[in-house]
Amino acid sequence: MPMHELAICQALIEQVEAIAAERLAQRVDSVCVSIGPLSGVEPRLLEQAFPVASAGTIADGATLVLDCLPVQVRCRQCGEVSDALPSRLICGSCGDWHTDLVSGDELILSRVELLQADSGSEAAGHAATGNR
Amino acid sequence: MCDTCGCNVTHGNAHLLKPGGRLQKTAEGREAVSVLHGLLHENDHTAAHNREHFDRHNVLVVNLMSSPGAGKTSLLEATIEALDGDLKMAVIEGDLETENDASRIRARGVEAVQITTGSACHLDAHMVHDALHHMQLDGLDILFIENVGNLVCPASFDLGQHHNVTLLSVPEGDDKPAKYPVMFRAADLMLLSKADLLPVLDDFSPDNARRHLQELANPAPVIELSAKTGNGLDEWLGWLREARLQRRAAMTQTEAEDAATATAP
Repeated sequence: MPMHELAICQALIEQVEAIAAERLAQRVDSVCVSIGPLSGVEPRLLEQAFPVASAGTIADGATLVLDCLPVQVRCRQCGEVSDALPSRLICGSCGDWHTDLVSGDELILSRVELLQADSGSEAAGHAATGNR
Repeated sequence: MCDTCGCNVTHGNAHLLKPGGRLQKTAEGREAVSVLHGLLHENDHTAAHNREHFDRHNVLVVNLMSSPGAGKTSLLEATIEALDGDLKMAVIEGDLETENDASRIRARGVEAVQITTGSACHLDAHMVHDALHHMQLDGLDILFIENVGNLVCPASFDLGQHHNVTLLSVPEGDDKPAKYPVMFRAADLMLLSKADLLPVLDDFSPDNARRHLQELANPAPVIELSAKTGNGLDEWLGWLREARLQRRAAMTQTEAEDAATATAP
């Protein structure tokens, strides 16, 4: 996979590993990433890279949840906020190109769901199985 | 302190455990942690470190990006000739393989460090950091980083540069900014390279290229340039000199502010 999505996914896994270690988690259940079309990262390729990058780590088997955000711009001339295409960031209202991006270039690890060893039903569940 | 009876919950951290808090526990031993970190946090951290290093040495750093074969190395060769030692420069070259580009630069008497990335399609801040260990920044005016030829991946990685310069060569077509918006949105200057081919490739319209760039809400200037004939080189050198002056002015202002803070009671 010669794309940069793998390198980015490896950076993501490193962050997740650090959080899981800090919280003494046993497993990572899900990883939620907010991503915009102008981040330069292709969601589909990130999904393909995730199992490769997470293999053998605490995030092995975790679900990658992608929150795909829209491209929106605010016009400096008329002040309107409108949806835009990644290749045409002009104001949808007045057509001016002097706009600021409101949303669309995000690439953010927004949330991690961890499974705990001590307080969860995971441990209790194992105990119950053992007693059966 | 334990995680069972709640004795570790204090006034200071209770808000983190409430619904929506950073350390909220959900059902079945699940813990949801809100993070809100950029995925490239680690890269960006190193990039900031690189930038501090450049600023300490008062060097303007320009990241050159384009497709493979758009003429980045030829531009640097022409720039070295035209500057004729007026500004002291060095180059970090990024390629998948070979020292060819670094050799071309060295042949003109300018220091060049080659980074070979293997299969990686871009430079990242760590690679540039490592390259800096092989360079002397003292006395340099401009450091060029010639990124791997690629209009996709290099745009995602901050290297610590002060400016991005993106080349669009005439044979590539004038709609490249619309096709690669992430790359061209990041450009502080767009160079239309191989402009000597404009009379031959008359389907390339510099006005269209400008319009596509503007439609990315990017007000960056555009220079038509031919490294072969030298047309446009003066304008390019003018941009470089101006960028360097602005850099120096920004540094002087920071130093003055630091001195004021240091002497404040």
